Amino acid sequence: MTVIAAAAFLVLVLAFPAVGPKAGRSLVDQVKTMLLVLPPIFLLLGLLDVWVPRRTLMRYMGPKSGLTGPLIAFVLGSVAAGPLYGAFPVSAVLMRKGASFTNILIFIGAWSTTKIPMFLFEMHALGTRFAVARLLIDIPGIILIAFALKAIIPAREVARLYAAAESAATPEE
Amino acid sequence: MDTIILYVIAGALLAASAARDREKTKRAILKGARAFESILPQLVTVLLAVAAVLAVFNPEMVSRVIGERSGFFGILAASVVGGIALIPGFVAFPAAAELLRSGAGTMQIAAFVSSLMMVGVVTLPMEIRYFGRRAAIARNLLAFAFSFLAAAFVAWAVSL
Repeated sequence: MTVIAAAAFLVLVLAFPAVGPKAGRSLVDQVKTMLLVLPPIFLLLGLLDVWVPRRTLMRYMGPKSGLTGPLIAFVLGSVAAGPLYGAFPVSAVLMRKGASFTNILIFIGAWSTTKIPMFLFEMHALGTRFAVARLLIDIPGIILIAFALKAIIPAREVARLYAAAESAATPEE
Repeated sequence: MDTIILYVIAGALLAASAARDREKTKRAILKGARAFESILPQLVTVLLAVAAVLAVFNPEMVSRVIGERSGFFGILAASVVGGIALIPGFVAFPAAAELLRSGAGTMQIAAFVSSLMMVGVVTLPMEIRYFGRRAAIARNLLAFAFSFLAAAFVAWAVSL
């Protein structure tokens, strides 16, 4: 898959030479971001995996955690940094540790759209009203989407996802 | 800026972990490294795709399509572009502000920002890998639809 993408990229650049420098610069920027942001995230992920016992996480973010689950999920997502794809590996670990599917969806929702540093920057660039308004509608929106997804995805599928996260774990588990 | 905080937190926790139990810490680092390694191929694909998409879309073309008077079609286009793009916030927000200044409608920009953050066509393969096809596609579709609602609300709030 990667080979295809790389080949397609090359074809694009060769076919449209004007696009080349811009695409190259964009690629470099992205790689820089990726290399900068991902290491600490994966480190934290590893620490989470090793230090937080399943029992503890389940108590706070599992299916029976009541209101604390979504709250923690929201906070976790909001203090995150980096692009959305950083959230996926973290959610895999959360799955392994027993967080409920709804809470994970809320986590993803928060990571994608209510990250605090981004919010501050948004206020600065697009105006306080814009940013606050978007945040205000995002919070119910994220929760709604999470519940809708929970309703749409059959339990069997959810179980399969959790099992997949489990088997992706390294042998020492 | 947020990256610095991230590094500080990660560093502090790493130090605390190392102080408590070195073996565990080593394992943690290893796990993180392995997790990273496992998604690397897909990540590279994503980066390549985004670089290509970004190179093709330029501000002039975008502002023409989602200007103030572009109405529903403009909002739709804004949302679609936002979904495809994967621009870091630091780049996206100033760009959006610039678009606003040069005539794009608030509603269109709000749709763009909303779908930019929540919808990820380019990251879809990766998302499918973690969440399965159904959940990934459903989430993106829902987020896409939501971006219209968010756009309306934000435009209304800003106009108060």
